[in-house]
Amino acid sequence: MTIAPSARRKISGKKHAELLPARELRGIIETVLRLAKSTVASETEVHIDEVAYSLTRFANNGIHQNVFEHCATVSVRTVTGGRTARATTNRLDEDSLRRAIEASLSLAHSEPRDPRLLPMPAKQRYRTVDRFVKATAALTPEERARAVRLACDWASKKGQVAAGIFSSGQSQTTVGNSRGLFATYCETHSQFSITMQEDPAASWAKADSADVREIHPQELAERAGKKARLAVKTSELAPGRYTVILEPAAVLDLVGFMFYDFAATAVEDKRSCLNNRIGKQLFGKNISISDDVFHPRQKGAPFDGEGMPRQKVLLVDRGVPKNLVYSRASAKIARKKPTGHGFALPNEYGEAPMNLVFSGGDSSVEKMVASTDRGLLVTRLWYIREVDPYEKVMTGMTRDGLFLVENGKLTGAVRNFRFNQSLLDMLNHVELMSPAVRATGEESFEMVVPAMKIGKFHFSEVTKF
Amino acid sequence: MMLMWDLCTNALDTAKLRGASYGDVRAMHLRQRDLTTKNGQVGTLAQSESVGIGIRVVAHGAWGFASTDRLTRDGVAACAAQAVSIAKASALANRSKVVLAPEKAYIDSWQSPFRKDPFEIPLGAQLALLLAADGEMRKVKGVTLTETSMQFRKVDSWFASSIGSRIHQRKVISGCGIGATSFQGQEIQKRSYPNSFGGQHALEGYELVESLELLKHAPVIAEEAAALHAAAQCPEKFGTLVLAGNQLGLQIHESIGHPIELDRVLGQEANFAGTSFLTLDQLNKLKYASSIVNVVADARLDHGPGLGTFAYDDEGVPAQCTDIIKDGKFRGYLSNRETAHLIGLARSSGTMRTESWNRLPIIRMTNVSLLPGTWDYDDLISDTADGILMDTNRSWSIDDRRYQFQFSTEIAWEIKGGKKVRMLKNPSYSGITTEFWNSCEAICKFDHWTLWGTPNCGKGQPMQTMGTGHGAAPARFRNVRIGTAFSKQ
Repeated sequence: MTIAPSARRKISGKKHAELLPARELRGIIETVLRLAKSTVASETEVHIDEVAYSLTRFANNGIHQNVFEHCATVSVRTVTGGRTARATTNRLDEDSLRRAIEASLSLAHSEPRDPRLLPMPAKQRYRTVDRFVKATAALTPEERARAVRLACDWASKKGQVAAGIFSSGQSQTTVGNSRGLFATYCETHSQFSITMQEDPAASWAKADSADVREIHPQELAERAGKKARLAVKTSELAPGRYTVILEPAAVLDLVGFMFYDFAATAVEDKRSCLNNRIGKQLFGKNISISDDVFHPRQKGAPFDGEGMPRQKVLLVDRGVPKNLVYSRASAKIARKKPTGHGFALPNEYGEAPMNLVFSGGDSSVEKMVASTDRGLLVTRLWYIREVDPYEKVMTGMTRDGLFLVENGKLTGAVRNFRFNQSLLDMLNHVELMSPAVRATGEESFEMVVPAMKIGKFHFSEVTKF
Repeated sequence: MMLMWDLCTNALDTAKLRGASYGDVRAMHLRQRDLTTKNGQVGTLAQSESVGIGIRVVAHGAWGFASTDRLTRDGVAACAAQAVSIAKASALANRSKVVLAPEKAYIDSWQSPFRKDPFEIPLGAQLALLLAADGEMRKVKGVTLTETSMQFRKVDSWFASSIGSRIHQRKVISGCGIGATSFQGQEIQKRSYPNSFGGQHALEGYELVESLELLKHAPVIAEEAAALHAAAQCPEKFGTLVLAGNQLGLQIHESIGHPIELDRVLGQEANFAGTSFLTLDQLNKLKYASSIVNVVADARLDHGPGLGTFAYDDEGVPAQCTDIIKDGKFRGYLSNRETAHLIGLARSSGTMRTESWNRLPIIRMTNVSLLPGTWDYDDLISDTADGILMDTNRSWSIDDRRYQFQFSTEIAWEIKGGKKVRMLKNPSYSGITTEFWNSCEAICKFDHWTLWGTPNCGKGQPMQTMGTGHGAAPARFRNVRIGTAFSKQ
């Protein structure tokens, strides 16, 4: 009998939380599979997700929130009579795991038989990726507080007000099933984000890495602080079409809304902007995009929600959408091979690329500014939402630093604009790109994207600041 | 239940022993069921439970919070000790010591009323209803995607604080919705019922689902989705706008509910959710809206079974009704025990809420509602000489100080001479918050008022999702900018 591993987890006595060791992850999976054998389940799949995460939050030049969480969940999917359903619990004792199996079976019994349901995948081989950094996992609240203190002191010295976060943590995800599949992955996370306010202006900088040693809070604070000072005096421009220079975070948050359309299921459902457009010249010839979990600046598990190995997929080749991503189910319908991008079953969305890498260029934000007669430098975008799903028109606001560029130089800050911009149109007007970097924003997941200089970007209205 | 109280007491005792000057604890058990269908097939079929404890303390004048799902005496004690340790770390970069507004201790137990426990309704019956609604929509020519969903939650929380409160609350929440999408030519159009993005959600049992008559409305929205392709484009102009209640609910959420959050006003959300144009000097001075506009933040059950209804907030403060806008004037913020004194209040307005045991309570909307007006809906339409009626949100966006917004809706109708004369597609409107609310000239009466549920409000770092309530009846606004989102300029 497997001992309930929750009793062995430690959250005290050490400076940092410990995740469940691999043998205990296997133990939980073996326990669930053993318990399920005595039920009517013909197949069983187990997911274990565990997170230990800390976040120090500051505002008005001081820490005002400071949190830690540790949680592990076990999610069980059973198959019986061509039906499948999922039940999830964070109670890891054997009785609770048995109840999760029973709940999953009870749900499955209530639905009609699904003729498209595939057998669970058998054992797979995975390429290993190592994104667990001990220094990140070991970061203490005191260390985060000291870094925050330095940033806040710098802000105070400059007459500014800082707000932001410094987070660190570790997580792991494991999948196993009754056909012998077993996949496990763990990684560390760290982020520092800072908004520097100098009334009435603000600016922002953020970094994300598996390795906290790559995060430099003071540099980020100083970068945001300098831009906030530049933005104190603003003028108002008329809405219209402008040449824009989008910093990587602005590119990320905007283009992130397009990639669910690269799911084969979205195309099958006719809810994708790629309906009737695959293989056509949809974007400029300078745009190539891949999904690549193995890219050195990427993160995430090298397998999907069914435990299938993720493949590198060329999504857009020189402006032409070439490939979609496939779960096992959507691959079968389309007579393609699964690409390892499926969500955990059962679900209605199918799959999505989650590790986007743009090919980028050889310019830089500085060169883009120098090459611009009249345009706008955009630090960050905010509250982006889809207006038109087929033309992929997105709306949103600029935020935390919008600067006028005239004759190759920044000449001042301007009031924030609302944009209504088609992403398809935008990616046809990319004039220059920097090399792609790991970018982090607030509206999309992290990606490897360049800064972009874009022509004819549509700003429709201006706000009050 | 005794176990939970024992763990809460254990946590508070440990926190005190470790040096906490204040502590509160939320042990929570959350159960959720999600059902969806797509194109006549079951999509998601899942159930989950999550049990754990979150411990918030003040030590050395600063906040610390830790949470765990290891619900043993040792596990909880270690978590409490960690919360205190984190608070002491916070004190290394703390500009001022935490001061809490006084509050009484309460010993109470409360359960939200419901007639039919959704977890006791046979799953087969729930799925059969969704599949039947899905089937009704698929009968309509031109519909290319049909989707339905139900979601049920049961949340038990045990709150204990070092001032002596012991409060147990059980909430049952239900939600459902249906949608039909049509792709033709170069256009995707969608209609949803009774609202988009998951439908209607409320602090009710399965009776909510039954009251919504999904089968009756399924063919109607499916026909509309297909018909939208041939409809005229919503014009670009300044004009009279009538908003259906479901869209007005979201308008209230974005342009009143968020700006009145005192943590935003005080800069605590500056890095993520943003700040607010409602600076402290505006209180009791700003003419937020026209004189017929009255808005309250009301968490009491008397207001209705909204997603913002409870007996006590997650700081142990009883549910209250706060005037936000009274006869058009700005009168109040959403506050907590830490911020109340900053606006001269002796007590928190009771708006601290948490998504789960592993999240810190933060200031959230309760039920921020526009009180009913005097108009009969038919009279309002017949009184409109030239206007556009917009229904069911499609997209929403507002700047980080909550001045400038833009909304688009799934469908609109042109009103001419007091009659709805034709369907319009791709409708949108935009404006500046206070200008918009000051242009409100007619609000329908209680007969047309619904307490809409917004189940997906994101705020905080780490992000928390919260359900909020917004009572609204259809209302009319003058001289609104219409059609900008689809402008080709």
